[in-house]
Amino acid sequence: MPSVCFYFQVHQPTRLRHYTVFDKSDHYFDDYKNASICRKVANKCYLPANRLLLELIKKYHGRFKIAYSITGVLLEQLHSFAPEVISTFDALAETGCVEFLAETYYHSLSFLYSRDEFLEQVNQHSETIRSLFGQRPRVFRNTELIYNNDLAALIESTGNFDAILSEGADHILGYRSPNFVYQPKGCSKLKLLLKNYSLSDDIAFRFSNRNWSQWPLTAEKFAKWIGDVNGNGNVVNLFMDYETFGEHQWEDTGIFDFMRHLPEYILKHPDNNFKTPSEVVQCYNSVGTVDVPHLISWADIERDLSAWLGNPMQSNAVHEIYRLEKKVKKTCNPKIISDWRKLQISDHFYYMCTKYFADGDVHKYFNPYDSPYDSYINFMNVLNNLQSRCSSGTTAARSYTPA
Amino acid sequence: MFTEVQRYADLAAQLAKDEQFDVIHAHDWMTYPAGVLVSAISGKPLVVHVHSTEFDRSGENVNQMIYDIERMGMHKADRIIAVSNFTRNIIINRYGISGEKVEVVHNGVDRSDAGNGNGNGSLARAGIKKGEKIVLFLGRITMQKGPEYFLGAAKKVLEVMDNVKFVMAGSGDMMHRAVEMAAELGIGSKVLFTGFLHGEEVQKIYKLADLFVMPSVSEPFGIVPLEALENDVPVIISKQSGVSEVLTHALKVDFWDVDEIANKIIAVLKYVPLGVTLRNYGNYEVRKLRWKDAAAKCLKVYEELLTPV
Repeated sequence: MPSVCFYFQVHQPTRLRHYTVFDKSDHYFDDYKNASICRKVANKCYLPANRLLLELIKKYHGRFKIAYSITGVLLEQLHSFAPEVISTFDALAETGCVEFLAETYYHSLSFLYSRDEFLEQVNQHSETIRSLFGQRPRVFRNTELIYNNDLAALIESTGNFDAILSEGADHILGYRSPNFVYQPKGCSKLKLLLKNYSLSDDIAFRFSNRNWSQWPLTAEKFAKWIGDVNGNGNVVNLFMDYETFGEHQWEDTGIFDFMRHLPEYILKHPDNNFKTPSEVVQCYNSVGTVDVPHLISWADIERDLSAWLGNPMQSNAVHEIYRLEKKVKKTCNPKIISDWRKLQISDHFYYMCTKYFADGDVHKYFNPYDSPYDSYINFMNVLNNLQSRCSSGTTAARSYTPA
Repeated sequence: MFTEVQRYADLAAQLAKDEQFDVIHAHDWMTYPAGVLVSAISGKPLVVHVHSTEFDRSGENVNQMIYDIERMGMHKADRIIAVSNFTRNIIINRYGISGEKVEVVHNGVDRSDAGNGNGNGSLARAGIKKGEKIVLFLGRITMQKGPEYFLGAAKKVLEVMDNVKFVMAGSGDMMHRAVEMAAELGIGSKVLFTGFLHGEEVQKIYKLADLFVMPSVSEPFGIVPLEALENDVPVIISKQSGVSEVLTHALKVDFWDVDEIANKIIAVLKYVPLGVTLRNYGNYEVRKLRWKDAAAKCLKVYEELLTPV
């Protein structure tokens, strides 16, 4: 110990095209923009990072391990716009050193509004991962690491998972450290892995910040910090957006070189190793219960839900989309259902956030809108059209069966 | 007009002889000759404040004499204050002024007094009923303010929504043309012209309005949207305005994009949380745009001029 557990979040939303109240088309998404962003990220991040990690896995003969959670909506886009990326993930899967996690297929907030829909999306995602990469996920993470006791209980009740991830937020840990395996309150079998946000964010956010007291961050320095956990923890959970490699941190910051040398420095110490989330959970027992009665997330400083639900526009838009569930499913029309689900992608609501609007920050990355108001107007116009398709397109009432 | 401007300049020069002052601050072209003259006589530095230019007021058909006076004033001044970056760019690009001479001091707004006098008459005569959505245009009905774009958008909105009235509160050289245009577009019964509003009537119209639209073609600043927000009315403003530089909680459009203006009007009227969010955040934002901050910036300009190099 400690075991280093890397998990990378891989996701891109399907962005909406400019859609006014006068538009009547059922074509909602900006294919051109989504395609160009997808290809751009593939070239700057997915391909070089996958190549690097594959190289490292081979170099260290099974001692270097990582985990991914890839959303269904991104996989669909990769199929259309950058299929070569999927073959690199395939190659990674075949090494046996890569674990794929489960999440909602549509990167949605459905857990908060419809448990049925949530479970359908989780199933759909697990099935997709199984058929693409030959693994049925055993570890779950919710959209944006949104988590509370109820979520853990629901996940445990499916019987499909051994562990769940969450943000290691100060206000839930108190004096305790995220560097241990815990048990969610109310669960008997499910284990909880908590993100070490300090070390994770050192890589994901602070890496290229010249004003940071620890800049430049070298592999050697970071490995030392990992080593310092020895005796104080079993695992260091480094959870981050995959776009850290090449997008949030550009190649010229040295982020790829950092990663290239990290396994070497970490493995120098015989006590250290890399584990996938499942391996962590098999290896270490829970040291205690963590009680999270209210919802938390890994977003912004607040680590709460304000990024998606903080203003009246956001709560209204999310409320309206889930209000349509029955009507949409009653149509039994796969295109309508799929469109409805793509509208659930949490990014749509993220774009409507008015926090820090004047400052322009992480929220603005790949944000196709000039203002949160424009995104709300656009979304509501699309929703309106979807709603009218449900009313006109009702066939004889059949009962809806999940795909 | 020009003789008056000259007479004012002579008068100012006369008065200045008996006054003690450190700086001369002249506002817009009509006072530039006075400012220049007093500066020449007294040897004190001159600041000219550009609230608007011929290009804002007349598009490309500038009055050559006025342009010449504006240009002369700007060149003779020691410093220029523009009410926005939008205006600053016009000064640099159309008047041949170097960027370092021009400061930007945005205008502000203060919670206005309730107004004086009894102005009930014209509102009731205009026939605004309770229960209808009201979209407000408040300002001079003249080319610069884009009244034809307001009416074009109104037509598109009325194709989709019925329970709306469009109010044009103000008067100006295009007022008759606007009335005709509303009739030509077939929306005459849905567009109300109140004429110039006095005192309390302005507050009353804000209370009735669900939305304020400023489709200006070229607006150096535009204080009216700030007043609207002070009165809890959400705003749609032209991107071709100085105020769009300082307001984030407003809907912004290109003045010519009638479809998008209509799209945004309908959105505000239809999706209640949109108006609520715009009103709440907009009102809060406006509290930070105070005249006293603008005054402090002007003071800084004076001090820089008076500090020995």
